[in-house]
Amino acid sequence: MSAPAAALEARSPARVLFWAVPVAIVLLVLPLVIDQYQTILLSYGLIMGIAALGFNLLLGYTGLLSFGHSAYFGVGAYMVALMVKYLGVASMELFLVGAIIGSVVVTALFGFVCVRYTRIFFGILTLALSQVLWSLAFKFFWVTGGTDGLRVPTPILLGVVTGKGGKIYFLSHAYYYYVLVIFFVCVALMWVIVNSPFGKALQAIRDNETRAEFVGIQVWHYRWVAFMVSGVFTGLAGALWVPLNGLTTPEVLHWTFSGEIVFMTVLGGFRSFAGPIVGAVVFNYLKTYAVGFTVYWQLLLGVVLVILVLSLPTGIVGTAGRLLARARRNQPT
Amino acid sequence: MDFFLIHLLNALLYASVLFLIAGGLSLIYGVMRIVNLAHGNLYAFGAFVTAWLVGLLAAAPVGLQYLLIPAGALAAAALGAVLEPTLLRPFYKRAEEYQLLVTFGLLMILEDVLRLLWGPYPLTANVLADVMGSVSILGATYPNYNLLVIAVGGAAAAFLWAFIYRSRFGVVLRATSQNMRMASALGVDVNRVYVQAFTLGCLMAGLGGAIIVPSQSAVLGMGVDALVLSFIVVVIGGLGSLEGALAGALIVGVVREMGIALFPEIELAVLYLMATAVLLIRPAGLFGRA
Repeated sequence: MSAPAAALEARSPARVLFWAVPVAIVLLVLPLVIDQYQTILLSYGLIMGIAALGFNLLLGYTGLLSFGHSAYFGVGAYMVALMVKYLGVASMELFLVGAIIGSVVVTALFGFVCVRYTRIFFGILTLALSQVLWSLAFKFFWVTGGTDGLRVPTPILLGVVTGKGGKIYFLSHAYYYYVLVIFFVCVALMWVIVNSPFGKALQAIRDNETRAEFVGIQVWHYRWVAFMVSGVFTGLAGALWVPLNGLTTPEVLHWTFSGEIVFMTVLGGFRSFAGPIVGAVVFNYLKTYAVGFTVYWQLLLGVVLVILVLSLPTGIVGTAGRLLARARRNQPT
Repeated sequence: MDFFLIHLLNALLYASVLFLIAGGLSLIYGVMRIVNLAHGNLYAFGAFVTAWLVGLLAAAPVGLQYLLIPAGALAAAALGAVLEPTLLRPFYKRAEEYQLLVTFGLLMILEDVLRLLWGPYPLTANVLADVMGSVSILGATYPNYNLLVIAVGGAAAAFLWAFIYRSRFGVVLRATSQNMRMASALGVDVNRVYVQAFTLGCLMAGLGGAIIVPSQSAVLGMGVDALVLSFIVVVIGGLGSLEGALAGALIVGVVREMGIALFPEIELAVLYLMATAVLLIRPAGLFGRA
């Protein structure tokens, strides 16, 4: 991972706000303009954005390619579903707390095992562990519903807002803004994390593990914490995803779903902070329309992925940044 | 006793097929340092081709139809020989992450190519297994065809061993695997060795699919399932080691068979946990070089 780290460097606050404020305003206003279906689709995209953002703390910033992030997404989702089934909880805030606790426990355990390895073995180990959870969800059908999955009704937001006015209306209005606020918080939090001394240490580990160790960074410890933070973000995304989907099935635990998380991150560009978010939103549209357009959507997405990796390895954000920089250079001053 | 024997034979049957798939995966990794996530799809491809041909040539004499099993394996090998130079070659110089991603893309593509070519329904070639009848061993009846599969698995292992350790090509292969640059400096055409190794790996996977399809059937998704199981095999045995793939396949075969009989709920979880445990205790696997 001796890549241009410059792309990940913190930019001046003014430049960040230059991009962030208009995007935030658009996201706030958009539901008033677009129809309910589009709003719900956008919610899916934002939620996957949180998952990919968390995932990229490992890939882009720490240099570890996890092929098992479906596990943490699934833990978040199943935590919510099991809380509904066994505890009769309906409060979204409690769901989020439950998902965070669940994913902290699982990532602490899995991470402790996985961070001893890097490169291909890290990938295989994360994959194998995520498949353990998948097979348990698949086989213990009396607890998890097996392949039928578990249904999750509309939750109660902040103790007052319910889905009584119709589920679609609830999801495309109250729930959208709920997701959006959490999305903003997650993005801000991740921004702080990657620009903190902790985030800098992770990047040092990514660029040169030996040197990082020599300057006194306890490598495995940092990787472990990064693993947990990464997994908790993805777990939170899983918890937000369930009420939107209304159902959770073992599919979200299967390793091919991890592959999709990797896909969207690379699509957006894992060398930039915003890349995974852009990639997740775009991937969500791409997949939705591909599935609606043809039964061979996997073929379509596979071709997109191969072309992407072959010719645009920096993803959408990286390529756009390069084009922008070139346009600016060519401009007479 | 007969209960025990049937389970043992089933474990061997399972291990034979797993060895063919995982051995190919391991061989490719050993030589090229690429983990091919689409490897399971080549196994599925072999199964589909054989089942499709058997359906197509149903009128032909049954003896002739057995030739369709190697035909499936050869089809997978041909596919591999096309894929390596076109898709994988540009990635050898790039980071491992990209290699994994491109093979993941390939997995998605091949999964749907199978659907495109043969539709969403399972294909069968049961006739090949049925005509062989079954045999009675120590009071237990067992299909003759399954014994054939076990024999083919064993023969493939012996053949590969001889091929890699006793032939000229094997020497070149091992040299490239140990030090690609040095082999290249000594006049080995590395690109050619890579195509050959990849094709051989795909041939094994295709043979695994083609040989098992008469006693099971070819279904979509069989490749993805097989891939994860062969991951377990190579992690236990050691990625890149052929002996390891054999030992790993036997271990997984026996544990899986025991699991189905004794602890069906956690059978898969036990396998994944076994792989994790091996990776923790002996990262290079039981037979791998560190």
